[in-house]
Amino acid sequence: MTTQIRPAPVRKSIFVNAPQAHAFEVFTAGIGRWWPKTHKIGGSDLDKPVIEPRAGGRWYQAGVDGSECEVGKVLEWNPPARVLLAWQLTADWTYDPDLITEVEVTFTPEGSGTRVDLEHRMLERIGERAETMREAIDSPNGWGLLLRLYSEASAE
Amino acid sequence: MANADRVFAALNDPTRRSVLERLRSGPKPVGEIARGLPVTRPAVSQHLKVLKEAGLVDDRSEGTRRIYQIDPKGLGAMRAWLDQFWTEALDAFAAEAERTAKKEKE
Repeated sequence: MTTQIRPAPVRKSIFVNAPQAHAFEVFTAGIGRWWPKTHKIGGSDLDKPVIEPRAGGRWYQAGVDGSECEVGKVLEWNPPARVLLAWQLTADWTYDPDLITEVEVTFTPEGSGTRVDLEHRMLERIGERAETMREAIDSPNGWGLLLRLYSEASAE
Repeated sequence: MANADRVFAALNDPTRRSVLERLRSGPKPVGEIARGLPVTRPAVSQHLKVLKEAGLVDDRSEGTRRIYQIDPKGLGAMRAWLDQFWTEALDAFAAEAERTAKKEKE
């Protein structure tokens, strides 16, 4: 029997009522304006993510105190249609330079707007760093987080 | 494959949450999980099945016994978590893109 679970990629699609180039621009250059505050990689509440707009560019979290925490990098840069990012965070949201999971985002003109498809894949690589996973499951952000999310959702 | 809805549905039951809590301290056979819980052993087996289908626990045979454990890599939970995360992130992104696109038109 198999003990290694290979999770399917996380796939999401959303229609945005905005032109393709604008959607691409907001997703990449404007990432600091919409990235959820739920998870901070750095220590400060005011940390903002930054994606450097080129292949090989860094993806990091910039703090007001000048600190910078890596998230990943730009693997492929094809504006305004596609960006391929490396997400290099472990399950407890710490940066691991040896871990690469891919986040591919495509922007396709559709009607009066743009369809944005996101695929976060190679998630099994996160599981390969099992000792981290074990801790993450027990950390407040792992299992604890999931159960808390659940109870908040069900309390609504 | 586990998805967020499935995971949340699996967790939408106090007994199943108790079962998971018990497995946090390590792998256990059904009998040990059921001990002290206010439900029958077959009911516990049924709950374990739901948790397994959601990718939250895994099982293996040990002689005649079946041992359950939290999915050792935690990937079911991890994936559900990312699934939820990207849903929130893309909603926030779309709202921002539409807000600023409108402004540009004005």
